[in-house]
Amino acid sequence: MEYFIQQLINGISVGSIYALIALGYTMVYGIIKLINFAHGDVFMVGSFIGLYSAKYLANAGFPPVVVLLLSLIISMTMSALLGITIERLAYKPLRKSTRIAALITAIGVSFLLEYVGVLILGPQAQGFPDIMVKKQYELFGSSIQVDSNQVMILITTIVLMLILQYIVRYTKTGKAMRAVSFDMEAARLMGINVDRTISATFAIGSALAAAAGVIFGMTYNSVDPLMGVMPGLKAFVAAVLGGIGSIPGALVGGLLLGTVETEISSLGYSSWRDGVAFAVLILILIFKPSGLFGKNVREKV
Amino acid sequence: MKKIGAIILSTVLTAVLASGCGNNNTENSSSSANGGNAAGGTIKIGADLELTGGQASFGDSASKGAKLAVQQINEAGGILGKQLELVVADNASKSEEATQAAQKLITNDKVVTIIGASTSTNTLGIVPVATEKKIPLVAVGATNPKVTVDERSGDVNEWVFRAAFIDPFQGQVMANFATNNLSAKTAVIYTDTSSDYSKGLQKFFEETFKANGGEVLSQESYQQKDSDFKAVLTRIKEANPDVIYLPGYYEEVGKIVKQAREMGITVPFLGGDGWDSPQLAEIAGAAALENTYMSNHYSPEDTATEVTSFVEAYKAANGGAVPDGMAALGYDALKLVADAITRAGEADPAKIKEALAATKDLQLATGKITLNETHDPVKAAVVLKFVNGVQTFEAKVNP
Repeated sequence: MEYFIQQLINGISVGSIYALIALGYTMVYGIIKLINFAHGDVFMVGSFIGLYSAKYLANAGFPPVVVLLLSLIISMTMSALLGITIERLAYKPLRKSTRIAALITAIGVSFLLEYVGVLILGPQAQGFPDIMVKKQYELFGSSIQVDSNQVMILITTIVLMLILQYIVRYTKTGKAMRAVSFDMEAARLMGINVDRTISATFAIGSALAAAAGVIFGMTYNSVDPLMGVMPGLKAFVAAVLGGIGSIPGALVGGLLLGTVETEISSLGYSSWRDGVAFAVLILILIFKPSGLFGKNVREKV
Repeated sequence: MKKIGAIILSTVLTAVLASGCGNNNTENSSSSANGGNAAGGTIKIGADLELTGGQASFGDSASKGAKLAVQQINEAGGILGKQLELVVADNASKSEEATQAAQKLITNDKVVTIIGASTSTNTLGIVPVATEKKIPLVAVGATNPKVTVDERSGDVNEWVFRAAFIDPFQGQVMANFATNNLSAKTAVIYTDTSSDYSKGLQKFFEETFKANGGEVLSQESYQQKDSDFKAVLTRIKEANPDVIYLPGYYEEVGKIVKQAREMGITVPFLGGDGWDSPQLAEIAGAAALENTYMSNHYSPEDTATEVTSFVEAYKAANGGAVPDGMAALGYDALKLVADAITRAGEADPAKIKEALAATKDLQLATGKITLNETHDPVKAAVVLKFVNGVQTFEAKVNP
């Protein structure tokens, strides 16, 4: 039983990172019906910005908590700007063209970010500085361990998720986002600045991916220019699992996928792990294409 | 009538063109044969290495080692009165790109011999090309037996040689070290299933460890580019083995060792030459690497003269950087080829191949090498221990 709970904790911390990345996929899809495959690479860029700002701030002698918060903020801001730039340069000119054209462009942007990363940063993995000293907490008489990073991951995810819910539900931008996702043309007729709303969506999604990137770097201590590929794909599966376009769906999908993967490995089938993750995607697409929290929308003919 | 004329004309033209090509070909080959005997000119040797990708650190070291060897040979007057030229091609740490790089080296650059790659998986991508084009291949860091010996037929590939010792030996060394030096009775093996190298080491460690009376509690697996290992590590912690054998590459090994130590797994980790990179200490951190051991081809702390002179020359050429095992192997692979060309008397691939097979008692940076009947070197291995994140010489194991 303790073993199971321990593995559940491991799974939740993996799943939280998937959930943060999945949010970006789901928000962009909800608004412009585009699967932004470059999202995993924005996660990578965010992680590297976090790495360099953390190194710089730590050398400048700031206390660890300040280093963590500042590098999170710097990384999220700069990635938000990157997200807006990508949207303006790559996707906006294609808004009137077919969906497949935008999708292929997204794959192109993804490769561009990856290999510009290899060019500038080199192909080698780099160690992420230890911003905070990890502490182990023992529960139920040392049978279950939780480390401070796992706690931090979960707290950060939940806090960012609550902020996101607030933005989407109660702010003007959030209302505009919901309106645009409902009907772009009607929203435009009602005086909503559609371009600015779409940019805001990309900014928020990219900032969340950057936060995930910094947390990922802190947890696994190694970042490289191609690190975004696999987490990006997994987060995409999580977004589809939860119902693409649905924000709570992304959270649940991410946590569910993380736990399933971990439990598969914990049973001794570690080589089946990725296979199971993608099998989940296939099964969802066959039996409930709209995902767990997705709405069934009839295609207009 | 017109039609027939056209046909005749085209036939004649084709014949002329074909004969023209034929003449050109013979001229080319005869001129290169002449060039092979005359003094002056260069002998081209290709290097098919990992300059980018997951194992870029290996390819970088190996190419620096090979360049040092070329520089030393050329400063001493070259071979057979000619200068050596090293043509380095990047295989991006991928087997299929290694195949393409080898084709480019042979077809475009006309190299007489290829060295590389630094891993078994990537070398296996070069083997078919070298065999088909009849160009000798000296693998730098490939340690899997099937690189030189065909797995199905059991025949030795006459064109393929290597500078590194093979996995059975490396697996045996670590299994014996675990039993004799660490008194280990139980082990867990954690393998990288996306690598032939890792699976090879796993097999031979298991065989020897069991033969020594040890018990393998479980076999776990991961894949390259994984980043969360806590699920499997929790499982390993439950099994509570005396040692954990981790025959992988430095990037994942660094993450695994770090996560394991954070979770309170304190038992020794053992590994092979795939750990050999400065990146390992950077990713895992010096503290996590305490109580870990790896087998390797050589140690820069070895006091033998051939090792110290190599280390000095390498430091001088690379801004004070200490050569790792892959740098020593890159250097050795090139020296093996140079020695064979000297004994062959001319830079002809078939003669180089014959000379390579007859290599005996050649003193190189990683020890005295004799190539046996399966083209594998017979030489000593070292076991290194990590102290404060630095490899320190622990034991030398002779074959």
